[in-house]
Amino acid sequence: MRQIPPFDAFLEAHRRTVYRFAAATVGREHADDVFQETFLAALRAYPRLRDASNLRAWVLTIATTKAVDHARGRARRPVPVADVPERAGPDPPEEDPAVWLAVAALPPKQRAAVVQRYVLDLPYRDVAIALGVSEEAARASAHEGRKKLRGMLEGPR
Amino acid sequence: MRNLRTMVGDVEEASAAAAAALRARAEAEGAVDVGYATVDSPFGPLLVAATRRGLVRLAYPDEAPEAALQAVASGVSPRVMESPRMTEEVRRELDEYFEGERHRFGFRVDWTLTRGFARRVLQATARIPYGRVTTYAQVAGRAGNPRAYRAAGNALGSNPIPIVVPCHRVLHSTGGLGGYTGGLYRKEFLLALEGAR
Repeated sequence: MRQIPPFDAFLEAHRRTVYRFAAATVGREHADDVFQETFLAALRAYPRLRDASNLRAWVLTIATTKAVDHARGRARRPVPVADVPERAGPDPPEEDPAVWLAVAALPPKQRAAVVQRYVLDLPYRDVAIALGVSEEAARASAHEGRKKLRGMLEGPR
Repeated sequence: MRNLRTMVGDVEEASAAAAAALRARAEAEGAVDVGYATVDSPFGPLLVAATRRGLVRLAYPDEAPEAALQAVASGVSPRVMESPRMTEEVRRELDEYFEGERHRFGFRVDWTLTRGFARRVLQATARIPYGRVTTYAQVAGRAGNPRAYRAAGNALGSNPIPIVVPCHRVLHSTGGLGGYTGGLYRKEFLLALEGAR
């Protein structure tokens, strides 16, 4: 059984993945919040970890929960549809508000599935772990999410 | 999907900044069980790791820090983070020791990485005063078994906190230098620094 690495090493190994997931799932403005909440939760749970064989899937499980909670919390507060979030840091090279709004319009779990499969290139097995569902359900979530995105972005012409 | 990927932007910088903020917050919340840092010394950079109980590990530069920290993660707690704050006293006092200004360390030692007879040997070793030397047999005796000088030698050889737990002050009864896991030249240097030889 793999040893649990020092937390610093675990943070360094997965910070990019978690940040990319957070930014693509809840947007740049809120990515820091989801990042902090994810790794603080991981730190608190860290001593109880028994199996270090897939730490990436483990931390993305936490990140998915935090991102979904965050998205649902924001959904309860009225936000104008045309509101494009401010960037906390420098502007990303290619920002397409339409793409972001379409992603934000997906139900949170589908959003997470789409980001993990198509942005992070995770295998369905790991997406399933992060979402806490079967592999078939993860596959279905990702496919449906992508179909919806295409529908929103391409739309009737 | 291509748009979504590029939209995320500079993940390297942003995630590094987020990780730095996370470290500060973890420290502030007291969620770090072992804090580590590097201290410069005449031997090069020393890795030091401390718990709330005290200094738990000191590694010479020849040891890969990743391996030393993994052993700490497995033997003490995996909640290991770089922490200038938790290692401040240790770092300052080691500086003073190498400058010849400090003869006794004020911080405590955390003995978690030692057990049984080896721990008693090392605890007896910790009581050897600055500038003095003793023998393996004497240390074995103080640890409860005067004939176990070879086991005492092994315990000293696997001392997780060299310099601070002064295994360099233990010599052969013949007067010969004995051994030193960190290299005999370091043992000689430390003894010369302390004016013991």
